[in-house]
Amino acid sequence: MSLLEIKNAKLKLDDKDILKGLSLSVSKGEVHAIMGPNGSGKSTLSYMLAGREGYELESGEVFLEGQSLSNMEADERARSGLFLAFQYPVELPGVGGMSFLREAVNSRRKFLGEEELDHLAFVKESRKVASKMFVKDEMLKRAVNVGFSGGEKKRFEILQMAMLKPKVSILDETDSGLDVDALKIVSDGVNAQRNDDNAIVVITHYQRLLDYIVPDFVHILSDGSIIKSGGPELALEVEKNGYAGLINAA
Amino acid sequence: MVATQETIDKVKEVSSTYKYGFVTDLEAEKAPLGLSEDIVKFISHKKKEPKWLLEWRLKAYKKWLSMEAPNWAMVDFPKINFQDIYYYSAPKTKPKLNSLDEVDPELLRTYEKLGIPIKEQEVLAGVAVDYVFDSVSVATTFREKLAKEGIIFCPISEAVQTHPDLVQKYIGSVIPISDNYYAALNSAVFTDGSFVYIPKGVKCPMELSTYFRINEQNSGQFERTLIIAEDDTYVSYLEGCTAPQRDENQLHAAVVELVAMNNAEIKYSTVQNWYPGDKDGNGGIYNFVTKRGNCIGKKSKISWTQVETGSAITWKYPSCVLKGDDSVGEFYSVAVANNAQQADTGTKMIHIGKNTKSTIISKGISAGKAQNTYRGQVQIQKNAKGSRNFTQCDSLLIGDKCGAHTVPYINQFTPHARVEHEATTSKISEDQLFYCLQRGLDTEQATSLIVNGFCKEVMKELPMEFAVEAQKLIGISLEGSVG
Repeated sequence: MSLLEIKNAKLKLDDKDILKGLSLSVSKGEVHAIMGPNGSGKSTLSYMLAGREGYELESGEVFLEGQSLSNMEADERARSGLFLAFQYPVELPGVGGMSFLREAVNSRRKFLGEEELDHLAFVKESRKVASKMFVKDEMLKRAVNVGFSGGEKKRFEILQMAMLKPKVSILDETDSGLDVDALKIVSDGVNAQRNDDNAIVVITHYQRLLDYIVPDFVHILSDGSIIKSGGPELALEVEKNGYAGLINAA
Repeated sequence: MVATQETIDKVKEVSSTYKYGFVTDLEAEKAPLGLSEDIVKFISHKKKEPKWLLEWRLKAYKKWLSMEAPNWAMVDFPKINFQDIYYYSAPKTKPKLNSLDEVDPELLRTYEKLGIPIKEQEVLAGVAVDYVFDSVSVATTFREKLAKEGIIFCPISEAVQTHPDLVQKYIGSVIPISDNYYAALNSAVFTDGSFVYIPKGVKCPMELSTYFRINEQNSGQFERTLIIAEDDTYVSYLEGCTAPQRDENQLHAAVVELVAMNNAEIKYSTVQNWYPGDKDGNGGIYNFVTKRGNCIGKKSKISWTQVETGSAITWKYPSCVLKGDDSVGEFYSVAVANNAQQADTGTKMIHIGKNTKSTIISKGISAGKAQNTYRGQVQIQKNAKGSRNFTQCDSLLIGDKCGAHTVPYINQFTPHARVEHEATTSKISEDQLFYCLQRGLDTEQATSLIVNGFCKEVMKELPMEFAVEAQKLIGISLEGSVG
């Protein structure tokens, strides 16, 4: 059974067709890359999966571990193990990173029937994970994403992913705004979490991220549907010839 | 105003019993409806007050008669009929319940969310258990410890009997009876409140909390509090309780006076969670409070911190008069107004002495159809050279039917001072909500987290254990306001 199954997803925004029958199946242990030019529907796809208000499917269905997501709100989906690393992480003034993370982690643990972590246990756990991610303690004390550099924001996203241990992670343009060094740190953080039990969907415009997070499958998204799928070599083809060649050939 | 026959009879009855030293059952006594000179006398007699206090009350009553209710605040409510209020009744005994099973489940749900221990829930809800006696003994131990330091902490009615000189010297010294309509009313008819005296050189070893007075007399709707801090002292006073306070009195007009001598510091924290009325604005408390502190001494400091989530109408401006050179005034406020609540609150900082400093941080949160106004005055008088004020007023709107208003008054009479005012208005954005939801928080958790983040600068001023409860309280007050 696949971890994530998108079946013929159709979605409109302001009466405009954005997703036009998108299907995708992701199994345990796999990393999928979805590549596409601007306006192909990449961000819409990530919001739709995460259950953002206003991004409901017109038809089609999405399953997470065999369970339909259609009647699940964004927070239920998150607690069930769906994680979205934001392209533009949102600032929460005055909300300390540590308390935010703790609430998030405990919501997930509660859902899984695990014991909630008390303050001390949580601090210990988060420090352990943070040090692996090259995230300084000091960053966890600051307000969520407030005054963070582009690299810090993305690292904090991946730190949250590591703490929440999701089943399926969607990384939306995680490479945007990163220099090479930051890109490497973030990618190492993601790679460290790959295992046989979870899956990762990387949404990106550029091939360069895929040098660091090497996918098992690459899909080309164009005009609201997947027009071509293949292995990592497909990404290189995009790099070489651009999207135009592939789109015209489809 | 003509006293009714009922009043006259009652006062006669009281005057005759007075001779016998009030041996009658207190529980049965209640003044007749309405307000008159006789009622003021009745209250004073009941409390066995000295003559000067009765005269002071009568003066206040006469002043009150000549005054008009203020109408400048941005609040709207039907005219209050002051003849339709009972001004004195013996402490109401709450109906005795045998177990928590008999308590309103809605109340219990809130207690649970606040994380109040079962034992305390029982006390708050008025369940008759042996534990109540334990609690009284806790209060007694507490008082003994304070007495060792020479600190006086007792009901003001008791202080009138035991320390009449102190009370006479300071009552009305900060807020004169003619100060405003509700202060005059309070001066005429106040029933009880707290009295605190910190003798020279003493740092109060613990937070003084009204919680320890909870099982004593219900102070009622006209509460009067007086805190005096002599030279080189420190005291932190906590007023209120985060648990919901159901109260049958619609009008509350309290007066709080603080006096800080040389190098004295008073920190006064309030959490107010009175019944706000229902969603459509029926019922709910009118909270018309006058609070002011006099920084008389050099280098004295008075700090007001308030978290206001309750009441249908809040009209409240805790203020500081900075007379002593180098004295400091602070005001940290969170005011939450949801549904049909109206809040008009802020502060006054009156700079008189040289090099005086004041800081105002106000966080207003409006949701539902609520209206929330910050109204503040900063006055720098001619001799207050080298004085500084910093004011920051932030408003957060939840939904599109509520309102936030900022009304600052700044009067500066010397060029040798600096006044800064910053104001912002923001909304909880959909992006912020979605971000939190995507991390598994539900809408209420997310709202509470974002709002508490917004209030952080104020919340950190609260004593620790109070702050934790206050955070939860803000979340509860805003339940159902988003999504």
